[in-house]
Parts: sequence; structure tokens; C-alpha cells
Amino acid sequence: MTRKNLPALADLIEAARRIEYHLPWPRAVVAPQVWNLAVEQLAKGRWSLLGLWGEPDKVHMALLDEALDIGVISLDCRGGRYPSVGQYHPPALRLERAAADLFGLAPQGLPDTRRWLDHGQWGISHPLAAQPGGPAAAASYRFLAAEGESLHQIAVGPVHAGIIEPGHFRFTAGGETVVRLEERLGYAHKGIEGLMAGASLDRAAKLAGRTSGDSTVAYSLAFARAVEAALGVAPPPRAIWLRALMAELERLANHLGDIGAICNDAAFAIMHAHCGVLRERVLRAADAAFGHRLMRDRIVPGGVTGDLDEAGANAIRSLVAEIRQRFPHLVELYDNTASLQDRTVATGRLKVELARQYAAGGYVGRASGRDFDARRAPGYAPYDELAFDVPVLQEGDVNARVWIRVREVEQSLSLVEQILGRLPAGPTLVEVAADGAADGPREGMALVEGFRGDILVWLRIGEGGTIERCHLRDPSWFQWPLLEAAIEGNIVADFPICNKSFNCSYSGHDL
Amino acid sequence: MRKLLFESLIRPPLTERPPQVSDAAVDELARALDGAARKRLGRSLSIRAVDAGSCNGCELEMHALNNAFYDIERFGFRFVASPRHADVLMVTGPVTKNMREALKRTFDAMPNPKWVVALGGCAKDGGCFAGSYAVVGGVSDVVPVDLHIPGCPPPPIDILKGLIALLDGANGRGGASVS
Repeated sequence: MTRKNLPALADLIEAARRIEYHLPWPRAVVAPQVWNLAVEQLAKGRWSLLGLWGEPDKVHMALLDEALDIGVISLDCRGGRYPSVGQYHPPALRLERAAADLFGLAPQGLPDTRRWLDHGQWGISHPLAAQPGGPAAAASYRFLAAEGESLHQIAVGPVHAGIIEPGHFRFTAGGETVVRLEERLGYAHKGIEGLMAGASLDRAAKLAGRTSGDSTVAYSLAFARAVEAALGVAPPPRAIWLRALMAELERLANHLGDIGAICNDAAFAIMHAHCGVLRERVLRAADAAFGHRLMRDRIVPGGVTGDLDEAGANAIRSLVAEIRQRFPHLVELYDNTASLQDRTVATGRLKVELARQYAAGGYVGRASGRDFDARRAPGYAPYDELAFDVPVLQEGDVNARVWIRVREVEQSLSLVEQILGRLPAGPTLVEVAADGAADGPREGMALVEGFRGDILVWLRIGEGGTIERCHLRDPSWFQWPLLEAAIEGNIVADFPICNKSFNCSYSGHDL
Repeated sequence: MRKLLFESLIRPPLTERPPQVSDAAVDELARALDGAARKRLGRSLSIRAVDAGSCNGCELEMHALNNAFYDIERFGFRFVASPRHADVLMVTGPVTKNMREALKRTFDAMPNPKWVVALGGCAKDGGCFAGSYAVVGGVSDVVPVDLHIPGCPPPPIDILKGLIALLDGANGRGGASVS
């Protein structure tokens, strides 16, 4: 096949049965052959998987092709079965296991059929299927084997030593060296997608904002954008800019916290202390400007609640001035401390090929050569009018992930200044008509760059303006498996620093 | 680094003044604490945090307690790595069914006397996750709760107030002891 004849996602969707109301990107119901053709593009590394989620009788796959076009293809699952994507494209494995747990969909050929989110504790099985089943047995979980002389296992979690979210890590080590790490997640599964079904837009927005606490702004933004796409609502210009302001403050707070915490895991407490002060300053400025330290429930479909007054804008201006004054000294300290660099350089290296294969978002991908930022492409307002760089490194070690964050702090400071300087006047909220879906269901989708990477929200609004189905895909789905790869061959004692440099979300993944 | 350390010497401290404890919190605690236990613990409390399925928001604010502004250790509070070392179990989240057993076992691993603080709206009654097939719906359904600190998430100063109340509130007052 010559390159010219390679299928483009748009052609593939054009040729299939296209869904009328699905915005801003197209969705089509495809035949199994076309589904398999798309899987082939994934397996060959031409396209990237943005998400895979189920419905009682369907499975959907969001794809990104080489031209950075986005589209969703759907397959009707006869008898609850469909050809597994994960057997050819491993990044889909856990997504398929999750869809199997929730909807009872059976991916044919899936190499790993262990349950993922369902730990046998819910009292029912397949809770989101048309007809949920009886209680699943709490079978013991068979961890993958690692064989060799003198290997031993270390079990960690779900309750960890620090103030951390719940999850289980099973290390197999030869002496100090990690031979295999296997994660077991799902402990924080709250059934958010189940609660979403039938929820009003107000309630659903609150749930979306509580999917991952550190990304509450990004999730609220992604949810609001998906609703607005579905219903054809245009939020006022001032709201669009205020949203970006909040998103950049959230990015600043998290990156500053992470840079300090990574250094703390190398026992370099002074960086942690100083970065912690800067993080607290961001949260206080956010509180002064928007009335909540984490800016929770401030972004809603149709705009933002409340407005930024002059005092709030000044609080943010003095915040930027303080970080600009203090942060360079901390960066210099990080860069010039050999004992710290000794812990971060060449530790937890993630290969460029793996980051690409898994379409790893955020600093995990960008530290391993994946030049992707949802603010730039597909892009959304107001970033098309703002100047910013997307830092990319090739090394893929803990050090590179620190540096990406450092550079992104600098970019976010500049973005905050640009936004404050050009903030348009006017209203901040338009009404979202609750009966917007009177003539049939409307589907919308959004891809938003949170601090951790791109968050995907897909939803369908049904009769009465309530949510029929909403899927939220955290960037961690494609980062957690890479942590398992990055830690291999490192010493057990370096796991905390590697883990913190990834800083994957448990709650966002477990939903 | 020398420059940073020197600056720390000449800059005024960032530390907040100790907060005033709200009366409602004191009353709630007075019922939970007795004088004998307080005598045994002195002015220090070791806290073991368990995330029973929160969104991570409460954890972020718990982390903030360790920063230079709140500096929680000056009050004698310390987050410890093992339930065996803990006096207080601080629980966040609506208690997912997948975490119920781990939470119970952590509580059981703590020596007496012990107290449980439920942090945030979800920990009280499941918050916006109540009614889901996957959550129990409140910490008190799994382990006995002595104090609830509301908020989504509670700001660090509110957590601090609650904890100070846990230490000082029972001073001189009787109350039900924790067996």
C-alpha cells in the first residue's frame, strides 16, 4: 500500500453511517470490517487512541489520525460482543476491561480478562448494562507472574504510607531492582458514570468537577464545552477568557506542588517547602479572585458563575509578580544541586516509542518526545489568540518531567498575564436551554488540556435536557501503564520519585 | 541554596496565627473525648490518613497543612505512616465499596484510645456520590466517627480548627469515652 492510499479518519467516517447530532467532531456507526481497519491503523502506530467506552449495546472509540483530525467510531455489539482492540493495541486493554465490568461487553480476543474496576464488592455485576447481573464473586486477583531465581514480591496499598489516593502496587524485585511492577486500581471507583445517567446538567456538572480534585477546573471546563457543543450554546467571550485564567492557575498550582513533591521524594526538603509556599499563594489568589481555593464549581455549561473584580485581578497580578521573583531561584537550586540531579537524571526513563504508542498526554508524553497539547491542537478558545510554547524533551526521565513542568510554569505565568491584559468585558453566563434536545438526542465532545494531560468528555443529552450517557476519560488511563514500564530496572527505593513524576490520578482513572 | 537559607532568616515568618476554635466543633468533641485520654496523649496527636475514595481534593488540603503557612506540627499534630502509630484516623471520601474492607482493617489496626475524623462532604453522607452502586455512603457506616469537618474540600484552616478542638476542646469536660 502506498502512503497515498492510507485511509484518513475523515474518509472512513464519511463512508459510514454518520450520526446527525455529534459535535464538534463527527461520529459514525461502522461495520466490523471498518472497525478492524481502524484498529489496524492504531496497531501500526498511524493513529492514536483517545478513548474507548461502552454503552449497553455499543462500543465507541475516539481516534486521532496523523493529520490531528478527531473522530468517533461506534460498533453495535451483537450479543454483547465485539472484536477486542486491546489484543492488537495494548493501550486499549484496561479501557476494555473497564467497559466489560460496567456494561458486560465481551471483547473477543482480549488477552487479559481479569476484572478491573469490579472487585466483587458492589453487590451487582455489570451495573450499567441494560440488565445488571447478580453479585460477582470476590475472586482473588491473579497478578501476572515473574519467574526467576531469588525473586521476591512487595505488596503496597491500597492504603499507602503518605496522604495519597488508594491503589495497589505489586512489585516483583530481584534484590533492590524492580523486575516487574503491576498496578491494581479501581479502589476509588465511585460509579460517576452511573450517577451521570439521568442527571440534570447542574448535577452532572458538579459530578464532573469531582472526578479528580486536582483537575476540577479542567474537568468542569471539558464537561461544559461538551454540553455547549451538543446544544450549540456559545458562552460569552468574557467567560471563555475567565475559564482559561482558572485553567492556567490550576496548572500553576499543580506543577508547583509537583516540582516540590518530586524533590521531596529525593529527600530535598527545601524545594518542597518553597514550592509549597508558592502553591499556597496560587490557591489563596484563586480564593480571592474566584471564591474557592480549587475554583470548584466555577465553570458551568453556558459560562462561569461569578465574575472577576478588580481586587481579584490584583491578587492574581501580585501572585504572578511573586512567582516571577522567587521561582527562578528555585529552578537554579534544582539545576545546581548535584545530589538531587543524581536522583532524577536517568531515573524512570520512559521510551519515546511507548509514549507515542500510548498517546501519553501532558508532561509524561512531552518529556518523552510526544509533541501534543490539546490547547494548541485541536485547540480551543481563547488559546488561538494567545502566545505560548509547548515544551518537549526526548530524555523521558524524572528530570525531563521536572523540566517540562518548570517550562510550563513559565508559560502559564505568561498566559495569565496575557489573559489579564486582554480580558474582554461583558456578561459571564448565558442560559442553557433545558429543552435543547427536544427533537432528539444531542451528542457533544470536548478535549481539554488539564495539568496532567488531555481530558476527554463525551456525552449525550436526551429528552428533558438530562444526561443520557457521559464518559469522562482521564489522561491517567494512558499514563498508569507507562509507569509500569518506566520503573522496570530501577531500584524499589526510586519508585516514589518515579511515581510522583508521573503523578497519575487514581480517582480520575477509577471514576 | 545559601542565599535561599539566608533569605529565610531575614524574611518575616509566613505562619498563620493559631485559629480560634468554633464552639460547635468544641461541643461535638467534648462528647467524644474524656480527660483521661487527653492526659495520656498530652499535647500531641498522630494522624493516619485514609482516602476511602475521595476525589483527591481533601488530600490536597491535608497536604497544605504541612506547608509553611499552617505548619501543623507546631500544634503537636503529625501525619504518620502506620495505623499502629496513630491516635486519629482521618478519613476522606464517600467510602467506596472497594475501599470498605481496607478502611475497616486500618481502623482495627490502630491501638486504643482512638478517634475518627471524617473530612469533607462525601465522608459525612456520601455527598454527591450518595446512592451509587459503588459507594457505602458515609464513614460512620463503617467505623465510628467522632468529628466531622464539613467542606468540599474543607480549607486547611477549617481542618486545623477541627483538630485543635480535638485536642483542647475536651479540657475539663466530661464526655463519652471511646472504648
